[in-house]
Amino acid sequence: MSTAVATRRHLLGIDGMSRGDIEGILDLTDTFAEVGRRPIPKVPALRGRTVASLFFEDSTRTRMSFETAAKRLSADTMTFTAGSSSLSKGESLRDTVEVIGSYGADAIVVRHAMAGTAHRLADWTDACVINAGDGCHEHPTQALLDCYTLRERRGDLDGMRIGIVGDIRNSRVARSNVLAFSLLGAEVVLVAPPTLLPPSIDGWPVTVSYDLDAVLPNLDACYLLRMQSERITEGLVPSMREYATDYGLDARRAALLSADAVILHPGPTNPGVELTTAVATDSRSVILNQVSNGVSVRMAVLFMLLGSGMDLAPDQSGADQEVGG
Amino acid sequence: MAERERSQTPPFGGVFVAHARIMSADDMGRAILRMAHEIIERNHGLEGLVVVGLQTGGVPVAERLAEALEDIEGTRPPLGCLDVALYRDDIGIRPVVPEAATDLPADIDNSLIVLVDDVLFTGRTIRAAMDAVCDYGRPRSVQLAVMIDRGHRELPIRPDYVGKNLPTRRDEVVDVHPLGVDLGSVEK
Repeated sequence: MSTAVATRRHLLGIDGMSRGDIEGILDLTDTFAEVGRRPIPKVPALRGRTVASLFFEDSTRTRMSFETAAKRLSADTMTFTAGSSSLSKGESLRDTVEVIGSYGADAIVVRHAMAGTAHRLADWTDACVINAGDGCHEHPTQALLDCYTLRERRGDLDGMRIGIVGDIRNSRVARSNVLAFSLLGAEVVLVAPPTLLPPSIDGWPVTVSYDLDAVLPNLDACYLLRMQSERITEGLVPSMREYATDYGLDARRAALLSADAVILHPGPTNPGVELTTAVATDSRSVILNQVSNGVSVRMAVLFMLLGSGMDLAPDQSGADQEVGG
Repeated sequence: MAERERSQTPPFGGVFVAHARIMSADDMGRAILRMAHEIIERNHGLEGLVVVGLQTGGVPVAERLAEALEDIEGTRPPLGCLDVALYRDDIGIRPVVPEAATDLPADIDNSLIVLVDDVLFTGRTIRAAMDAVCDYGRPRSVQLAVMIDRGHRELPIRPDYVGKNLPTRRDEVVDVHPLGVDLGSVEK
């Protein structure tokens, strides 16, 4: 475990993390994956700690997997959902955060449509802030669970060629994953129609292609992004059907991928758009592994921030130095 | 006495400086053989016995103990390892980081567990280990084997098999490694 992680109190993004930071979390995740395989998948590690989920955007997987992770660590959970809150009475984000802080939350998991929300919260609260998606900016735990899933399948990301396909422009998952994959030594190629690429990819450690068929045979992993109909407001693609024809992974395209390639999707899928149902259940698809690994990775993140004490000053008294207790 | 890097055992860091060699490799071998005989004598054989090493110091001792049991009885008892970090009572007080995933034989119900650690000190690790084991099932009994009992218990815990009783000061550090056992201190 590197000392850089040791001093970090929040998980705001992959940006700023080192390869060692990410590998440290992935190594730690093995321990929590083992907890998940037990008959009673619960440990007392975070007893008495409280994890608050603050979701201003809809989510199934991320919110439930953070809550499952917190509960498996015996932490208490609080959930805030925008729809049923005092937001409608004009309560500000800062008010909300201060209220949650005064209920004793030790960690705040936040998702918001505005980029930078998690960073803002980190200035306002003493709790550990975990970014669960801020607009089109970052979604670090998704990237970590994707790296863990790839590592589980392939052993190591070093030298892997990973294609990220689809709505790069609106995707926080793509941003976090480009950073994480390349930090771990993978080559990343973005595949999308020009309208779905960000205005500038200067400085991104990636190559770009508009032709999925040409890229597929060379890939070790194919990462399909969800077409985000809630964010695509302008006419960036003529229709979902045309997008599916040009960039959807159907059985013909899946056959172009090598036999040991890995197919990933952050969910929820639009069946028949990013991939067909048959491809989603292909033996090379790890979409369900991504979901179960999400809980393990989030347990590792919560334990690292709340339980490991890695941000505490090293104990000064000699008496407590002994490893064998 | 050579200095041994302790930095690989996060979160402690510092450098372990040995002041005295307490046991040689041969002494340790003999102690393990004796403990193996005691385990077999007390349990009338190896029926249902599972040897479980505590991460990280107890794991190599457990492996050697399992080998010795096999040499004597001809069958090798199942060997597991246990990481108790998530059960410690000092989470949030000092750095606690799991080292490796726990790996226990599938079914420990009704088994006879011998927990193995390198050094028994306050007893808090063993308290955590007993909680951890009970999350996996209900063993018939749990026994404790340690290479060194250095005293200073803070909980009512007593080992069943001891390699060596070693009176120590609280601020001293005991290091069990393949070449023997050293008593020393950690220099910052």
